[in-house]
Amino acid sequence: MSDRKLQTIEELEAKCVDIRMNLLNFIYRIGMGHLGGELSMVEVAVALYYKYLNYDVLNPKMEGRDRFILSKGHCSETLYTIFSEQGAYTQDYMVEHFESLDTYKFGMHSNRKKCPQIEVSAGSLGHGLPIAVGYALGARYKKENYRVVVMIGDGEFDEGTNWEALMAGAHYKLNNLVCILDKNKLQMTGDTKDIMNIDPVDEKVRAFGWNVIEIEDGNDMAQVCAALDKLPERDCEKQAKPTFIISNTIKGKGVSFMENNHKWHGGGIGEEDLKRALDDVAKMRKGC
Amino acid sequence: MAAKTTYDFDMMLSSAKEAYGEELYKMAQEGIDFVFTFSDNVAPSTKAGQLVKDFPERCFNMGIAEPGQVGASAGLALSGNVVFAQVFGPFLPLRAADQIHTDIAYNDVKVRLIGTHSGVTAGGGPTHNDIADLALYRAIPNLTVCVPADANQCAKFIRASMDYDGPMIIRIDRAGSPNVYAGDYELEIGKAIELMEGDDATIISCGSNLYECLMAAKMLKEEKGLSIEILDVHTVKPLDKDSIIRVANKTGNVVTVEDHSINGGLGGAVAEVLCEAGYKGNFKRVGMPDEFAVLGSVDDIYHYYGMDRHGIAKTIKEMLGK
Repeated sequence: MSDRKLQTIEELEAKCVDIRMNLLNFIYRIGMGHLGGELSMVEVAVALYYKYLNYDVLNPKMEGRDRFILSKGHCSETLYTIFSEQGAYTQDYMVEHFESLDTYKFGMHSNRKKCPQIEVSAGSLGHGLPIAVGYALGARYKKENYRVVVMIGDGEFDEGTNWEALMAGAHYKLNNLVCILDKNKLQMTGDTKDIMNIDPVDEKVRAFGWNVIEIEDGNDMAQVCAALDKLPERDCEKQAKPTFIISNTIKGKGVSFMENNHKWHGGGIGEEDLKRALDDVAKMRKGC
Repeated sequence: MAAKTTYDFDMMLSSAKEAYGEELYKMAQEGIDFVFTFSDNVAPSTKAGQLVKDFPERCFNMGIAEPGQVGASAGLALSGNVVFAQVFGPFLPLRAADQIHTDIAYNDVKVRLIGTHSGVTAGGGPTHNDIADLALYRAIPNLTVCVPADANQCAKFIRASMDYDGPMIIRIDRAGSPNVYAGDYELEIGKAIELMEGDDATIISCGSNLYECLMAAKMLKEEKGLSIEILDVHTVKPLDKDSIIRVANKTGNVVTVEDHSINGGLGGAVAEVLCEAGYKGNFKRVGMPDEFAVLGSVDDIYHYYGMDRHGIAKTIKEMLGK
């Protein structure tokens, strides 16, 4: 368990470099992914799995565990890479069982029935937050003190179901519910602000009755941890505002030619690009 | 042997819709653990309304937001609860289709989606008609789809669902349908019931339409001396193919009856089964044609489209040349 939990900012930052490198290699080997959004969410995902979630990938059905739901399910490869780095699977095993017909355990979009570390099967956008609301209500009904943390994308935030769930989460004062918006400002065909502007998202969500925390740079581990340190205690019965974290990130973070380029939303990566990408990510390692 | 029915009784008004609330209330009183969600569609005067009033900690009004309600129901189930979710008529399959498919069926959770006001029973015209739901549900893996014939059968489904794995749809009409069954009987999810035995023609139906089928059989007996076989396919998915093939071949004259579009519903399902089984007899679907329904009372709409006892009897007489 010890190497599956980290404490210092430096340790977590180093882990982000490992995850990015393994993620790039994984995408190269399987030939598909959504690297832009998978790279933008790394710091928050690493902080959650290595520090803030009461969760153990080797005991994925542990009673009382925190529940993490990745609503932007097309970015599941980041999660698989963390599961692998924490010892649940080797990368070879994941490649062998990636979309391998009737032996598949991993896919571009995750399936909880195949991969036990996945709490909710996802892929269709706008589903995670409503499910998380129900999950948090269920925890309260059963008097179980765990956090329900859901990550959504900013393109995904166009879906009306998110706004239904924002109302419901605030209406039921779900203290144990946390929604993290990975605001990388791009979606498949361009800038989110040009396609369907969600701003001022902080004011909108606050008006819906949530406690809003904004991370100016969601790819800065110190800022990510400072925000997650502010999460309320695990008290499912307490009636209080749910928490909404706006994490301002860079799509494709860490790879110069992918950063802020919507063309890297989805697809695979070739050998030449992989080499350049790994060189870029290596430069993120502190002291290099 | 055929089941005992109200064939010889006067109409005994009951309500499948009220029955599910009564059964849930009874179960809650017995200490059976479940939760209940709804979308501002539970009348306080009903038994479901009383459930909400007397067991508030387990009942969640999600507002007029069916996708959000169905999604939250999946979350409630993932947290370890059996969930009953009441959704109004067409707004379950049409508005929450993606949630039924992905949150409920693909995630394979123990949610019982209770679709009320099935078919044209809501009144109010096509915006409130629920005529395409079976076509959708039939194509979604993992779903079990139940269409109770009457209040008593509805209550049986509600209770049986506690011990049944996987997601389930329970499709019920508005209210006021007569009882089809008299007395108690064994209900097995997925196993059709032979409601009446006959040799001249076979009616295959589900839901409250079965009562009109019984009445049509009674008319045909009295008027023409015909004996009609009736099969209650209360579980549309998984379908009891063996029973369907058996009762079809028994007479060689099959009529399906349902309050649903004739495209993709029970009639379509039966046609697929019989075609693949090499059935060579006559076949006719009675239900909503491929058009948005006319407006009027439910009885008048049923009469207009030949779905009442007179229309069903007429279809059979034409098929038999009588």
